[in-house]
Amino acid sequence: MGWALAVQGAAGAISPSLPPELREPRLATLRRCLDLGAAALRAGRHALDVVELVVRELENCPHFNAGRGSVLTADGTVEMEASIMEGRTLRCGAVVGLSTVVNPISLARVLMEKTPVIYLAFDGAEAFARDQGVETKDPSYFITQDNIERLRQEKEANKLQSTKGQSPQEIPSPTDGNSRIGTVGCVAVDAAGNLASATSTGGHANKMAGRIGDTPIVGAGTYANALCAVSTTGMGEDIIRYTVARDVAAVMEHRGLPLRDAAVRVVAGMPRDTVGLVAVSGAGEVCMVYNTIGMFRACATEAGHTEVGIWADDVDANGESVSIRL
Amino acid sequence: MGWALALHGGAGDIPRSLPTERREPRLATLRRCLDLGAAALRAGRPALDVVELVVRELEDCPHFNAGRGSVLTADGTVEMEAAVMEGATLRCGAVSGLSTVVNPVSLARLVMEKTPHIYLAFHGAEAFAREQGVETKDPSHFITEDNIERLRQAKEANRVQIDYTQPMKGQSPQETKAPVDDNSQTGTVGCVAIDAAGNLATATSTGGLVNKMPGRIGDTPLVGAGTYANAICAVSATGRGEEIIRHTVARDVAALMEHCGLPLRDAAARVVAGTPRGTTGLVAVSGAGEVCMAHNTTGMFRACATEDGYAEVGIWTDEADGNGASVSVRL
Repeated sequence: MGWALAVQGAAGAISPSLPPELREPRLATLRRCLDLGAAALRAGRHALDVVELVVRELENCPHFNAGRGSVLTADGTVEMEASIMEGRTLRCGAVVGLSTVVNPISLARVLMEKTPVIYLAFDGAEAFARDQGVETKDPSYFITQDNIERLRQEKEANKLQSTKGQSPQEIPSPTDGNSRIGTVGCVAVDAAGNLASATSTGGHANKMAGRIGDTPIVGAGTYANALCAVSTTGMGEDIIRYTVARDVAAVMEHRGLPLRDAAVRVVAGMPRDTVGLVAVSGAGEVCMVYNTIGMFRACATEAGHTEVGIWADDVDANGESVSIRL
Repeated sequence: MGWALALHGGAGDIPRSLPTERREPRLATLRRCLDLGAAALRAGRPALDVVELVVRELEDCPHFNAGRGSVLTADGTVEMEAAVMEGATLRCGAVSGLSTVVNPVSLARLVMEKTPHIYLAFHGAEAFAREQGVETKDPSHFITEDNIERLRQAKEANRVQIDYTQPMKGQSPQETKAPVDDNSQTGTVGCVAIDAAGNLATATSTGGLVNKMPGRIGDTPLVGAGTYANAICAVSATGRGEEIIRHTVARDVAALMEHCGLPLRDAAARVVAGTPRGTTGLVAVSGAGEVCMAHNTTGMFRACATEDGYAEVGIWTDEADGNGASVSVRL
């Protein structure tokens, strides 16, 4: 069986004409994360440690919508959220509305391990961060030029859309390839069979201040139990109402489906262009399924399969791909 | 088949010795809510309207842990949360961290109906409330003497114990096992309904856990945990929020019905039995008109009614005041 690991850096309307300067740095980070995660798993690290360390790398990379590089709220601020879950024990932790914490995923883990609380938000979460002495920085640290520009474009598109009578969801995505959605996440099963999942995001560009998405909601953006670990990305509101991460595990359990079939069934049941997920099972299966144009993703298994890609036809894999685009 | 309605005012370690003055006002409110909800359903109101109006009544009642009468955070403040969900469409709305909004459940509905989002919290939610012109009051409106006392006791108990039992002043050590504080630290209000047209809806609202860390969010506003509705059933849960979250209680009831073909009662019983003793209660109705109220706690303030005339109000399981075979399950 052996260990397995999968990483995602957002699913969405990622334009196939995405220029190299926007594509390569992200692919490079995905590869680096894959190597780091695989090395940790080979060294016998626990799945929970592995998903945390991978997501920290992604949060620190300014090209992904999490930690530094998070998209901005309508007020031009950053409100980050993250959650982590351990399959065997169902322990979990989630944080929301962070503006100064360098690694939201680590705060979520500290919350899980140090308190009886699962979910902490805004001022209370920031206060907890200070109590715990986790690394914090001035809010300006997290804000990148790209995201200032992205917000400007979103507001512009919203103005157009309100005169045309389009719903917010119909706004065409900016051509920079990040669209308005994005998340980072990692799932892993370690050498001992422990499962874990971690997801982190800045949310939805131009979101209302205070808006919470799927990422920190156990069962929506993140879930792990004894059967599988799932991390999702995409349109947060759809992922919430379809309880995506939880459903993959439920379908495996109640329908006896293998991971891949369960994940496909859940994603196929969602509206088009709304979701992507990465998942691993206790049996060492791994899959990456999405119904959007693309999903930044990568995976590796102990048996030696590795894969990195964005769309369906650019996958750099050394064996049969475990990616499925619906 | 017909309409059906169930509501709760919190599951927890509600002692049998609960004095009359703590029991009767709550039972009276539950009965009043049952009547209001049933009347609305008879009049053909949609399920979503019905669950909202019932939960508003419960929020307004200071004896329940929601709206006015919410328990206090460790800072002595109120942070209210709520969610609504419509089964047929999976539309939902949720709010957390409210301190001035008189009816959190109504704000949750506005998030659902007036924004592209599902969930708003803290400053953003309060700002939205003002934009929408919903009724707000000074935070002091929500704080009751009972809850100030409850917080004081909780802080005192924390100094000697890590767990959540609350000894009452003046009692001997043997009597401190069952907290006389009837809300204990759990408590939420909620309502589920299926209307004459077969639409399902659920709504839940709470002040959370007494002495909670400011910023702590529980199960109530999390779709799939404390609140969930789809075409199969509508569920509202109450109890120890963290357990309800990790066991995705509300979602699991629907999943068991769908994947395993279980009737509502069996699905609910199985889910509640799968959470630690003393932590979970729920009310649920199904698309087939079944009603169920299940809990693995000492008691759960609850009531239900169906179109064919069944009605039940109760706290514990063996004293439920019903006019037929009880739909309550205690595990």
